[in-house]
Amino acid sequence: MTQFTGRNLVCVRGERRVFAGLDFAVDAGGALVLAGANGSGKSSLLRLMAGLLPPASGTLSWDGAATAADPEAHRARLHYVGHLDAVKPVLTVAENLRFWAGLRPGRRAGNPGDSVGPALETFGIAHLADVPGRFLSAGQKRRLTLARIVTAPAPLWLLDEPTTALDEAATASLEAAIAGHRAGGGMVVVATHTKMAVDGARVLDLSGFAVRSQGAGALDS
Amino acid sequence: MSRFLHIARRDVRLAFRQGIGGLMAVMFFVLAVVLFPFGVGPEVNMLARISAGVIWVAALLASMLSLEQLFQTDFEDGSLELLALTPMPLEVVVLAKVTAHWLTTGLPLIAAAPLLALLLHMNTDGFAVLIVALALGTLSLSLIGAVGAALILGSRRGGVLLSLLILPLYIPVLIFGVGAVDAALAGFTVRPQLLVLGAFFLAALPLCPWASAAALRQAME
Repeated sequence: MTQFTGRNLVCVRGERRVFAGLDFAVDAGGALVLAGANGSGKSSLLRLMAGLLPPASGTLSWDGAATAADPEAHRARLHYVGHLDAVKPVLTVAENLRFWAGLRPGRRAGNPGDSVGPALETFGIAHLADVPGRFLSAGQKRRLTLARIVTAPAPLWLLDEPTTALDEAATASLEAAIAGHRAGGGMVVVATHTKMAVDGARVLDLSGFAVRSQGAGALDS
Repeated sequence: MSRFLHIARRDVRLAFRQGIGGLMAVMFFVLAVVLFPFGVGPEVNMLARISAGVIWVAALLASMLSLEQLFQTDFEDGSLELLALTPMPLEVVVLAKVTAHWLTTGLPLIAAAPLLALLLHMNTDGFAVLIVALALGTLSLSLIGAVGAALILGSRRGGVLLSLLILPLYIPVLIFGVGAVDAALAGFTVRPQLLVLGAFFLAALPLCPWASAAALRQAME
């Protein structure tokens, strides 16, 4: 069975060790919820998982093979949602989405536009397809970002505070999308402060891995 | 390759929608050159003698105008992270963005150059060489500029820093660009200068995307 694991991960941000000795494992169809106070390293861990940030030590592996050995293959199997929405103000909603869909592998044969309509439908913004990004509200931008991850299939979703600015209906859509993704064998790692219904998720509390008073640059020394 | 074109097409479209693309650089180019007859007087011989240098310096500054935005907006709205997470080398992403920058800045400059040469009473013998030299030169300028644009990410007053970083690197292109046109006007062979400009371009083609990508990775950590 496919498994995404991290072993003995250490994360260093600006001379400061955020967490150390962190292990995690996500199975196909599984979910991992990252918990912990602000600054405990939830976003850093997600960026580490995405490959945007190299771990100071430790390894991430997919099915036993280190992801660092083939970063392009790893990027092809993940979707990352960060704090920023990456919505271009001068492009319409459909154009924004079509651009990101067109860059993904495994898009449905032919036109990447095929999957754009249904993705917008999923998050209830199909009526905004021709509206330029600059007229969107924060919540609508968030919905557009989330629509991006359902346009092209990828087995691993890394979601950093995905419910920010979302209303209840959109949160429910996201929960349904995550459930559907996991039913198809996908994995989800999500960092969130709000209540999100993710059935049978493992919870990883990063507070337990916090490093105190380590090195000269420690903030809490 | 299709992803390369996909990114380049999006950047060209963004440049046109935002109106900061080709038009502004060309307007600056024209205005900067037009200032010279006011400054040094309308004497025909004088203008003809400095025409190559004036056009090249103005083109150099104009191509630098929109460089600051090359990665900045993508960096600020989170698009750059997502581009870095697409399953293709970051170097290819950089090359696609540089291509778009050249199409929206370098190409319009080349188109406007003969008109300005006429204004400065340049002998028509120099026109063809001016265009060829500018074509080779602006390609190198866009490539070199991308390194500077990647290095200034996240810094305040990046525009000034950018010019300090890359203007010295533009000097070789300027010397041989002006040299080629002057040689043509004097009736000498222009082959050596054009070959050197071509060599600059061929050296910058692999080196600059590689260096920019390294700087971008650093900025995103």
